[in-house]
Amino acid sequence: MSSSDSSPPSRRGLIALAWLWVLVPLAYGLYELVRKATQLFTG
Amino acid sequence: MPTSQLDALFLSFGIMSPPIAPSGWSRWLVPPAALSVHLSIGQAYAWSVFKPSLESALDLSGTQSALPFQLGIVMLGLSAAFGGTLVERNGPRWAMTVALCCFSSGFLISALGAATSQYWLIVLGYGFVGGIGLGIGYISPVSTLIKWFPDRPGMATGIAIMGFGGGALIASPWSAQMLESFGSDNSGIAAAFLVHGLTYAVFMSLGVLLVRVPRSDKPAVSGGPGPLDGVQVSARNAVRTPQFWCLWIVLCMNVTAGIGILEKAAPMITDFFADTSTPVSVSAAAGFVALLSAANMAGRIGWSSTSDLIGRKNIYRVYLGVGALMYALIAWLGDSSKPLFIVCALVILSFYGGGFATIPAYLKDLFGTYQVGAIHGRLLTAWSTAGVLGPLIVNWIADRQEEAGKSGASLYGVSLMIMIGLLVVGFVANEFVRPVHARHHIPAPREAADVQQRQQSA
Repeated sequence: MSSSDSSPPSRRGLIALAWLWVLVPLAYGLYELVRKATQLFTG
Repeated sequence: MPTSQLDALFLSFGIMSPPIAPSGWSRWLVPPAALSVHLSIGQAYAWSVFKPSLESALDLSGTQSALPFQLGIVMLGLSAAFGGTLVERNGPRWAMTVALCCFSSGFLISALGAATSQYWLIVLGYGFVGGIGLGIGYISPVSTLIKWFPDRPGMATGIAIMGFGGGALIASPWSAQMLESFGSDNSGIAAAFLVHGLTYAVFMSLGVLLVRVPRSDKPAVSGGPGPLDGVQVSARNAVRTPQFWCLWIVLCMNVTAGIGILEKAAPMITDFFADTSTPVSVSAAAGFVALLSAANMAGRIGWSSTSDLIGRKNIYRVYLGVGALMYALIAWLGDSSKPLFIVCALVILSFYGGGFATIPAYLKDLFGTYQVGAIHGRLLTAWSTAGVLGPLIVNWIADRQEEAGKSGASLYGVSLMIMIGLLVVGFVANEFVRPVHARHHIPAPREAADVQQRQQSA
């Protein structure tokens, strides 16, 4: 373990990249879902 | 290859031991790691996309083309139940690596099967090998997430298990488009399986690379509870407690009741309003099914997070008690109002998803984090049971009612009553859940020694 006075590296970029990695395909799935679900009100 | 050589191979890549987080590692990197696995293995629920193409290309019946999925779900339950202890011992990185290898190679074996017209290879690949990936992948991040988020375990596991629902939403249109591009013949299906296997391998690798377990010596969040605070019970002891079996009944009843709607959603809404002035078209029924999927997914994250605020026992009282009320409303008033029918069905499906997502946090409350992943794996046999029980009840009763000359909403009267009964049984089982007796607890020194040993081997 590193000493407590040295500040740990910032992980903001990695966090953003990791969330984008999973949220982009999920957004695609949700978009397709909404398109299909609207048929309940228009079909 | 002998087990010891395999262990040595995994050790050389740092896979065989739990990956301890370095100083400053953010716990917000763990949910996307979990999601990368759950969004992938959730593809299982989109298997039906391949069915028509397989049936025409390999001359299969509907029952035959469902075999890979059914075997996959059976293997999910078995591998989660029997592999849970291994997952706890070797850590999430090992589990995610196994899930990645099995799930992806399942597709690759299936691609070979489709290309050579050997259907048994598709059953073996997707069903057996891929199914092991489903089970190990499903439980792989649960214990780690709970340890990172001891202050919000419901939310943390809700995110991951929501991903399992989300996986089908992604795979369903994606696989359909791929079959449209490659063609629905043998070579087209083989190409689609190949692309699936390779893409999922890359996508899941994020989980393998990012997942870390928190250091056991301090809380993951300042001022919050430590990952090993409170009661700790081993998986072996947990299955000997009445609490485990009460939760088994709770999960089984909640899932069976949810499947009751899911299995028959499209014909149900069509039959309920067939004789009204506003009948439901085929495309509107498909839209209803899609909306149910959204409710299922939203319930996983929404209700599970709510359980952190109101408590696990109370949220299951809502799932089971209000769920029974919703079923009663559908049974008595459902055919008189379409909005009422839709709202009740959406609420039931949100409870179905919530029940799945909240159970790991409930287990953590009762048995601690010591072997919560292994205990969760054993509890998933309730899901496998419900997966067989639910469709069996609903389809068998609907067939008998049709034979008896019934039509419209009255086709489902008996099924709905049975679902209400099952939810009441689950409600009662939940009421019997009490804190685990001290004789089942793991003594603190042994637990600390186990954790220390794991960290030293890392």
